[in-house]
This record gives sequence, C-alpha cells and structure tokens, in this order.
Amino acid sequence: MTAPNDRNDNGGVPVPTTPAGATSGAPAEHPPSSPAGRGMFGIHGSGDVSGFGGLVRQRRPIEESPRPYGGYFDEVRDALEEAYPAFGEAIEKVVVDRGELTLHVRPERIAEVCQVMRDDLALRFELCSSVSGVDYLGADERRLHVVYQLTSMTYRRMVRLEAAVSVEHPHLPSVTAVYPTADWQEREAYDMFGIVFDGHPNLTRILMPDDWEGHPQRKDYPLGGVPVEYKGAEIPPPDKRRSYQ
Amino acid sequence: MTTSNYATERETTEGRVFTVTGGDWDTVVSGTDPINEERIVVNMGPQHPSTHGVLRLILELEGETVREARSVVGYLHTGIEKNLEYRNWVQGSTFVTRMDYLSPLFNETAYALAVEKLLGITDEVTERATTIRVLMMELNRISSHLVWVATTAMELGAINMMLYGFREREYILEIFEIITGLRMNHAYVRPGGVAQDVPDEAIVKIREFLKLMPKKLKEYENMLSGQPIWLERTQNVAVLDVTGCLALGVTGPVLRSAGLAWDLRKTMPYCGYETYEFDVPTHTDGDVWGRYLVRLAEIRESLKLVEQALDRLKPGPVMVADRKIAWPAQLAIGVDGMGNSLEHVAKIMGQSMESLIHHFKLVTEGFRVPPGQVYVGIESPRGELGVHAVSDGGTRPYRVHYREPSFINLQALPAMAEGGLIADVIAGGASLDPVMGGCDR
Repeated sequence: MTAPNDRNDNGGVPVPTTPAGATSGAPAEHPPSSPAGRGMFGIHGSGDVSGFGGLVRQRRPIEESPRPYGGYFDEVRDALEEAYPAFGEAIEKVVVDRGELTLHVRPERIAEVCQVMRDDLALRFELCSSVSGVDYLGADERRLHVVYQLTSMTYRRMVRLEAAVSVEHPHLPSVTAVYPTADWQEREAYDMFGIVFDGHPNLTRILMPDDWEGHPQRKDYPLGGVPVEYKGAEIPPPDKRRSYQ
Repeated sequence: MTTSNYATERETTEGRVFTVTGGDWDTVVSGTDPINEERIVVNMGPQHPSTHGVLRLILELEGETVREARSVVGYLHTGIEKNLEYRNWVQGSTFVTRMDYLSPLFNETAYALAVEKLLGITDEVTERATTIRVLMMELNRISSHLVWVATTAMELGAINMMLYGFREREYILEIFEIITGLRMNHAYVRPGGVAQDVPDEAIVKIREFLKLMPKKLKEYENMLSGQPIWLERTQNVAVLDVTGCLALGVTGPVLRSAGLAWDLRKTMPYCGYETYEFDVPTHTDGDVWGRYLVRLAEIRESLKLVEQALDRLKPGPVMVADRKIAWPAQLAIGVDGMGNSLEHVAKIMGQSMESLIHHFKLVTEGFRVPPGQVYVGIESPRGELGVHAVSDGGTRPYRVHYREPSFINLQALPAMAEGGLIADVIAGGASLDPVMGGCDR
C-alpha cells in the first residue's frame, strides 16, 4: 500500500491518512459477523482506546417455540403430524418468530415432508416459492442451511422449512420431483453454497462459470476486490474496510 | 445418342423426354430423409437482440421445429447478494435496486418491508410513506409493462409499438426523476419509509399522466389487438396452463393469463393493498395473446391504484419516528441528484449536536437488526418477488436472498418452446418478460 501523503501532484487537495484499522487485521477481513462477533471498530490491541474492542456479542441458539403458536400455525402443525407418521423423527424443531412458522426438518426427510406438505388436503402447499441457502458459519455445526418457502394458494398460508447439513457431508434429497420449480433454485444453492441435492436431474453450476472453484456465498469465501484511489487517498476494498460488528 | 441407367426415354412431338427412374431415387423419396432427419444445435444468445439481455438459449432444431430447448443464465451475475453482506442495512437499498432494473422500486420495497419486519417496525411505517410506496410501485408497474409491450412488439415485427411504449415510459421516468432524483436505480424506498417526500410538481405531472395514459392505451390496442400479424404470432403460441405454471413456480401475468387469479396484492396483501379498489385481470388461453391482454389490463388497474393513492396522500412524515433508525433530517433533491438539503446540513452542522452524532452513527455504523429471519413476498410486474432476509443481530445483513420471478419463470421456457417453431421461441421467451439483471443478480 502506498503512503497517500507522499503525493503532492493532486492540486493541493487535502488527503486523509489511512484510517486506523483499515488494514490492520480488522475483523472485516474475516467473514463479516463471523463467530467473533467481537468488538466494534475492528481495532484490537493497543490501537483500541475506546474499550469497545472488548465487547463480545452473544449469539442465542434458536429455540423451539411453545404451543399454542397462534394463527394458522397450530393447524398446519397438527395437519402435518396427522398426515405424516414420522413427524416426531423428521421435525427437529418448530419455531415461530415474527409471525412466521419455521419447521426445522432433518435433511434426509426433506423430500418426504415436501411431498406431504403438497399433497395432504389439509395442507396443500402447492407452490414452492423459494429455495435458498444460508451459511451459519460458527453458529451451527451443520452450518449450511437450506430454506424452503412453501405457499398454500388454497389456504393462503406460508410455511418455511429449514434443513441443516454440514460442510463435510453436504447432502440432502432434491425436492425437484415434488416441486419442479426447485430445479434452478437447487442449482443456485449448489453453486453458491456447495450443497449437494441428491436426485437432482442436472446439478451443475448456474450463475457462476462452470469451471469456477469454490462456493462464493459461503461465509469463509472472501468478497474480493481491489483498493481504489480517490482524490489521492487509497480506499480499501469493501471487505477490508473498517467495520462495525 | 447415349442411354442412361437412370432415365428411360421416349420420343414425343415436343422432342425427347426422359423419365427419371431407378438408382436410389425410390429409397430417397420413400425411406428416411437424411437431410431433414438431422438435428442441428443453434446457440441463440447470449448476444441476441431478442433475448432481453444476456440470456443464452441452446436450441436443438429439426428443420424449423424446436425439439429441445435449454436456457443458460448467469452472464449478468454480479454478486449483489454477496455484496449486501458487506454493507449496512440502509446501503442495501442501493444494491437491490440494481437487480431487476425495470422494476427497481419493487426490489427496494420488498427489501424495505423485509428489514422492517426484522426490526418489528412494520406498523410504525407512516401512512404517507406506505401510500407513496404504492404510488411509486404502481407507476413502476406501468413503466415495466410498457417496456414489455414495446420490446415484445418489436421482436414480433411492430417497431412502431416499440417507439410508443418507450415514449410513454419516458414520461414515468421523468416523474421518477422529479421524485427521487434518478430515472432508475433510485434507492428511494429505504427501511423505515422513503428517502424524501414527493414534491408538488410531481403530483401535477402524475395527474397529467393519468389523463394521458388511457388514450395511449387505446392507441396501442387499436394498433395491435386486431392486427392479423400480431394475432398470428401470439394466439396459441407458447401455451402454458395453470398446472404447468404451478409446477414450474411461474407467477405473475403468465399465471394469470392461464386463468388463476393469484395476485399477492389481493391474496396476501401488504402496504395496505387490501384497502384499494382494483381488479385482478385474468385470461384463460394461457398463450402469448392472453399475457398481452392481461398486461394491458394491469396497466389500467395500476392507473386506478395511482389515482387512489394520490387522493390518499395526506401531509405527514415519510420516515418512522424512531431516531435510532431514521436520519435526523430528510434528504432533498439537489441540482446533481439526491443529497442533503441545506436545512439538513444547517441543522446537523450548526444547531443540534445530537443530530450530528445521530447522523454520524447512523451513516457510518447503521442500526442493528435483531437476529432472526423473515420472508416477504410482493407482486412485482413479473410475479412473486420474495426477499428472504437473515440477521445475526449486527449492522449488516447476514444473508439476503431474492426470489426473482425472472429467474424462476425462465425455467418454463423449454416447456413453452419445445415442439413449436423457432420463431415462437422469441414470442414465448418475450412473454415471460425476463429481466436478466434480476435473474442473475
């Protein structure tokens, strides 16, 4: 990195010095909100005179919600319990948060659960709105989560299914046989997170080039970028800037 | 005189006549046809005038009939979802607006609704802000549908419709410029409200537009609806029924053109749509023609909604009152786009130390969002636009995923194209209205 103050050929425009912590191993160089969750300005050691560097943010584990959930959530759960004999084994947790129902499903059961969710007359989730991945690096041992948003057009309801797999064994059955619309979305989740959907007809990369290495949306995959010069000062790339955690 | 193995000859009054026989002609005529049986693979795109951006289609053709079609996407992937994770929640607006560049205000509103749901301030968003959002979204729906009818007509040979469609869209973009400072990529709808109030001159201009637009719609219909070429190219072309739509997750005008009146504004209302008076146009043919009729009818419904929103626009704040989320003063349109108004600068720099501190903290650090995840779906011009937002309690989004209708709907292209003619691939693809910026994100 060049010292911006050394340059005087910019017509006398005042140039700031590099902000403290910009390149000094700031936590932003790690994945954002990594397990660290520590400090505020990304300054550690002697640079930190504020004391904020010692702050540690706690991460609360996701807890099962007590019944009754309210709204249609109880009905959905009861209907699924009745229609799906392996409910107790397949559903890990039922969470109600911010007016949304999330069923945490064991990954190997996801296709079965989707089948029941679609076909049972009391459930009828005809549309699979969205399939996406989330990487809970450091917060969950099975850090790769697949999130399915199901919509019941008949009853006008929405339910979220969530299945967690580990990086070492990122396998779960594909739901394309139940919801063909999941085809490209599972390919995207594979492309971005490296989650392997067994039984998918054509699990290849979709957004990144075919020969790309790595899975960009994982939290341990760097954002990348180059520093840019602006009015004589060097601005570090976004993932190297000082950040609040 | 020569004799031929391949032709018998006979003398007539006109001279000698040869009749071609023998050889392998019989087998050529009666048996398999090596030329027409052969299938060729054609790459359409990623640079092709009718693929709406950088969509690539691989078509396996038998003569002019499409036997197999596969679409390849990803050429416009810009990593917006990944980038969001490195900016604070408010900065996210400036990123998501660039996804589907024909309906930026829908991207922003969906994002803002998701962040507000995470923050738990959905009910605190002021009535004026919500009404402005509806107003802007419906104007945006009209401009998006205008681009659809313009480009689709151009691809099917009606260049004049392209000019007229873009001309009227320009009118809406001017309204957007007056209100947001920019023609596209507005970053106008922010978590908590909207960036600045609607100026009076914009109201005048929208009223003018409401008067003008019905006449223009008549013109379009006069030009296209009875025109034989347009009918030939659209009727019974690229048919997809309700079953196909649901299996492939297709929503929006394509689903409604097949007969299912599924519109999130009616079925799962947000932004107070349940209090507005409007209809959900449907058609039963499920072809390109039906999609055309549905979209034109939707422009009419959007005009109704814009009018109602204008009538409801009562003076009031356009940002939530919570000072931990809203900036201490409103932005204003400057000569060079959107920026800090002079009053705002005077207030934070000269009058209120607290405002300065708040402004500094909110701009540099941003607000914290309690951990959790939400999914918000809204009805964009192309179908269900969903935002799955996850927060880990920090000042930046942990993960934001867009359920982009362009991305999902494009999966239906092989179902529409296979077995049809290559010319109908253009009509079918266009009728899905894919925007690659949204599809690839």
